[in-house]
Amino acid sequence: MTSQVSSTAEQADGAVVGEQRKAAGTKDVRRLDRVIIRFAGDSGDGMQLTGDRFTSETASFGNDLSTLPNFPAEIRAPAGTLPGVSSFQLHFADHDILTPGDAPNVLVAMNPAALKANIGDLPRGAEIIVNTDEFTKRAMQKVGYDASPLEDGSLDGYQLHPVPLTTLTVEALKEFDLTRKEAERSKNMFALGLLSWMYHRPTEGTEKFLRSKFAKKPDIAAANIAAFRAGWNFGETTEDFAVSYEVAPAATAFPPGVYRNISGNLALSYGLVAASRQADLPLFLGSYPITPASDILHELSRHKNFGVRTFQAEDEIAGIGAALGAAFGGSLAVTTTSGPGVALKSETIGLAVSLELPLLIVDIQRGGPSTGLPTKTEQADLLQAMYGRNGEAPVPVVAPRTPADCFDAALEAARIALTYRTPVFLLSDGYLANGSEPWRIPDLEELPDLRVRFAQGPNHALDDGTEVFWPYKRDPQTLARPWAIPGTPGLEHRIGGIEKQDGSGNISYDPANHDHMVRTRQAKVDGIEVPDVEVDDPDGTARVLVLGWGSTYGPVTAAVRRLRAAGESVAQAHLRHLNPFPRNLGAVLKGYDKVVIPEMNLGQLATLIRAKYLVDAHSYNQVNGMPFKAEQLAAALKEAIDD
Amino acid sequence: MTDANALLQLVPKAEGKQSMKDFKSDQEVRWCPGCGDYAVLAAVQGFMPQLGLARENIVFVSGIGCSSRFPYYMNTYGMHSIHGRAPAIATGLAASRRDLSVWVVTGDGDALSIGGNHLIHALRRNVNLKILLFNNRIYGLTKGQYSPTSEVGKITKSTPMGSLDAPFNPVSLALGAEASFVARTVDSDRKHLTEVLRQAADHPGTALVEIYQNCNIFNDGAFEVLKDRQQAEEAVIRLEHGEPIRFGAGGTSRSSEAESGGGCKGVVRDRLTGDLRVVTVTPENEAEILVHDAHSASPTTAFALSRLADPDTLHNTPIGVFRSVDRPVYDTLMADQLDAAIEQNGKGDLGALLAGGDTWTVVG
Repeated sequence: MTSQVSSTAEQADGAVVGEQRKAAGTKDVRRLDRVIIRFAGDSGDGMQLTGDRFTSETASFGNDLSTLPNFPAEIRAPAGTLPGVSSFQLHFADHDILTPGDAPNVLVAMNPAALKANIGDLPRGAEIIVNTDEFTKRAMQKVGYDASPLEDGSLDGYQLHPVPLTTLTVEALKEFDLTRKEAERSKNMFALGLLSWMYHRPTEGTEKFLRSKFAKKPDIAAANIAAFRAGWNFGETTEDFAVSYEVAPAATAFPPGVYRNISGNLALSYGLVAASRQADLPLFLGSYPITPASDILHELSRHKNFGVRTFQAEDEIAGIGAALGAAFGGSLAVTTTSGPGVALKSETIGLAVSLELPLLIVDIQRGGPSTGLPTKTEQADLLQAMYGRNGEAPVPVVAPRTPADCFDAALEAARIALTYRTPVFLLSDGYLANGSEPWRIPDLEELPDLRVRFAQGPNHALDDGTEVFWPYKRDPQTLARPWAIPGTPGLEHRIGGIEKQDGSGNISYDPANHDHMVRTRQAKVDGIEVPDVEVDDPDGTARVLVLGWGSTYGPVTAAVRRLRAAGESVAQAHLRHLNPFPRNLGAVLKGYDKVVIPEMNLGQLATLIRAKYLVDAHSYNQVNGMPFKAEQLAAALKEAIDD
Repeated sequence: MTDANALLQLVPKAEGKQSMKDFKSDQEVRWCPGCGDYAVLAAVQGFMPQLGLARENIVFVSGIGCSSRFPYYMNTYGMHSIHGRAPAIATGLAASRRDLSVWVVTGDGDALSIGGNHLIHALRRNVNLKILLFNNRIYGLTKGQYSPTSEVGKITKSTPMGSLDAPFNPVSLALGAEASFVARTVDSDRKHLTEVLRQAADHPGTALVEIYQNCNIFNDGAFEVLKDRQQAEEAVIRLEHGEPIRFGAGGTSRSSEAESGGGCKGVVRDRLTGDLRVVTVTPENEAEILVHDAHSASPTTAFALSRLADPDTLHNTPIGVFRSVDRPVYDTLMADQLDAAIEQNGKGDLGALLAGGDTWTVVG
C-alpha cells in the first residue's frame, strides 16, 4: 500500500488515453487462453497493491483467476536485497483454473534483487519487464551480479523488455509539484498501466480506486492516475511492445450469479458474520494480533453495526479466555490465531472441551515450528489441532479448500460448535488467507439455519420428584449438553475444568464416572454428522486415489486434470472434515489399490489415515512455505500410477 | 457515585426478599477445617441479599487454587476455570453481558503469578468486574510452596534455605496498573469485609479487593498481628474516606482516645520528600495528620499509603478502600461503540455486506 505521491498540480483529463486506445489496431493483438504474471520488487515498492489492482481489473473483466501474494515477514526489509523481495503472482484465464500457476509467463522485476529472486521460476521464452533505472552497478553487486544480466547474455532465452520505469514515471509527473523521490514512488502505477495495456484490462476500476483511496488528497490521486495512464500510453506507443494480448472472459466457467473477488481471510470474516446472523447470536471475537490471522480481527472490527464485539486481548490466552467467557454468556464466540497462538491457547481449548461450550478456534496456519515462517503457508498444525492438549480432549476439525470456501467452512464450523456444544478448529492457512479468487455471492436464503435453543427450565426429576436443572444431561441424539446462559432464572449452575458427574455436573473423582465421561466426550465428537466425502473418478477405472485436505485442493485438482488430459486414470477426493472423518471414508480408501496424500507437512493426514484405516497411504510432502505446483504434483502422481 | 447506580441498574433486581440461604449451593464445602475461606464465603453469602440482585444474573468466575473452589458453593451461575485466567474469561463475559454482576475469585498465586498479566490488563481496562483476591501468602492447593506475596526468606518445601524473591504488594501493584478501585480487608473481620464488599459492588469498573486470608495448614498465623486485638491496635491502620488517618491505642498525649476520635499515631506527609510516615500524634502536629481521600484523581497518595506496611512484620498495614475513582468503563465504552456504529451506518445488512466491493454478473 505504498503508491503515495504528493502533489498540488491539477491532473489533465484522460482524453489522451482514449485516443491512443483507438489507435490500438495498428499493433498486433494475440489471443491467449491463460496468463501468469508475477510482479516483483522491493517490499516498499507497492507490489502487493499493484497485484491487488491488476486482480480487481481482471476480476471485473470476468476472467477466472487465482492469486499468490508472497512477501517477507519484515515490514521494510533492507532495500534492494534478496530477502526484501515482495511479489504477487496472478493467474487468469478464459476457463476455470485452480491455482496461481506454476511458472510465470511474464515477470515484472522492479530491481536486480527482484530479477535474481524470481528468474529461476521462469521458463525460457517468458517475457521479462525490468526497470533498468534500478540496474546500477551498486544495486547489482548487492545481489551478486558481477556483470549486468541485461547485457551479459544470460537472459538471451527470454523476451526482455528493458524499460526505464523510474525515469519515465518522473518524466510523466514533471508537471506535478513533486520531489523526484516522491514522483518515483508512483512507478508501480506506471508498471500497472503498462501491464493493463498489454492485457487489455479495464482501467476505470483502478482510477476509481485511486480517487477513493486518496479522496482527501486529490493531487496525489491525480499524480498516481497520471503515472498509470503514462504506463498505458507507453505500451501503446513504444515499439518495444509490438504485441498485446487478449484473454477472453471465462463465460462458461462460472454458474450464473453475481460475483466478486475475495481473499480467504475476508471470506472467513464474512462467514463468521453470516454465522452470527444465521444463529441469531451476537458475535464475539477475542484475539491477539498474529500473522497471517490479524486481517480477520481488522475486518470484524469494522462491523460493529452487526453487533460484533472484537476484543484485542493482552495475549493469546486472554483472547480465547474472553471468547470462552462470552460463549458462557450466550455469544457465538471466536478466537483467531496462527500456530504459535494455538500452542498458547491449548489449555483453554481443553477447558472448553470440559465445559462443552461452543467456541470457534480459527488457525491460519503458517510455517513452523516456533516463529517459523510467519508470512508463508504450511499445513503442519493438523496434529496440533487434533491432539495438542492434555488428556483425552477431542475437538472437531474443519478445513476450507479455497479462499472463497473459507466462507462456507466458517458456517460449517459454527454449525458443529453450536449443535454439539464443543470447540471446533477451523484450519485455514497463509495461502488461502491472502490468496483470492472469484466468489459467487450467495443469496441469504441459501445460508443454513443455525439457530439454537437455550435451556429454559428444569430438565430432570430427582427420585423425590423435585424438578431440577442438570447442566450435563445430554441430548440423546447429539450427546450435546444444554446451553443455559446466565440470566435464566432457576438454572443457576456451576461448571468447571474438574471432572464432573455425568448429568448433574457436580465435581466427581469417581473412577468409573471419569472413564464414562472420557468416552462420552469422544463419542460426541465421533458422532458428529458430516457429509460423505465425494470421490471424483470419472471413468471408474482408476487404481490410484489422491486424497487431500485444505488448501492443496487447487494444485491437486490441477494435477489430476493434467494427468487425465494425458490419458491417465486417477481418482480424487478432498476432505473438509478431518475430525470426525466422513463415515464413508474407510470404504472409499479400500476401493483403491493405492492412496496418495500430498500435504504441505511431513505426512500428518497420512499418519491419521494409516492409524485409523490401516491403509498403506503414500505421502507426498513439500514444506517450503509455498503451495504445491501442479506440474510437479502431476509428475509425482504419475510416478505413483506407474509404480 | 451516581455512575455506580447507573451500571448496577442494568442488572435485574431480585423479585422477593433474599436471605443468606438463597446463596448457598447444595454442594458440601471442602476447605480444610479452620480455613479463612469459610469466613469469606459466609461474609459474601451474607452480603449478597443486601445487593438485592437477581441471583440468576450473578456470576462467580474463578481460576485454580483453594479459594477458586468458591463458585461451587455459591448458588449463582459460576465457572471454575483454569489457573490464572479468570480475569480474562470474566472480561469476555462482562463485556458481552452488561446485565450480569460478574465476580472473580482468585488467590495470590492465581492472580499474581500465573495470571499476573490478565490481572493488570483487567485493571487498566476497567472492565466491570469485582475481583476478590484471597491472599494467604502461600501456595495451599499444591501443599505449601512460597507464593509471590511470601516474605523474603520464606522456608517452604521448595525453598528449604529460604525464598529469594521479593514479594509483590498487591495493592501497590493494582494502583500501578491504573486500578480505579483498590481495597484491602481481613477474613476474620466480617463487618469490615462486608463494608468493603458493598463499596466494591457499587463501584463502576474493576474493583480489586485484597482479602488477607489465613491458611491454617501451611501458613498459619500469617496475619495474626492484624487480628490479635492488642497487636492490631498498633499494626492496623483503618482507612476511612474523609477521616484523618490515625491508629494505635490511646489518643494524643494530652487527650483521651474517646475525645479525639483517633489513635495515638497518625500518618503525615514529609514536607521534604512528599512521602508518608507514621508519627506519634501531638497537639502540635494534629492538624497535619493526613485526611484520607479515596476519590483523589491522583493515585500518588494511595500508593504511598500502600507502602507504609512493613512486609515482614505487617506493622502499619492500612485496610479499607485505598482508592475509588470514576473512570470510563470498558464494557460501557464497547457497548457505546456498537450503538455509534449502528447510528452511523445503520443496522448491519448482511446482503449488502456480502455484495460490497466490485462485482460482476455471469448470465446463464
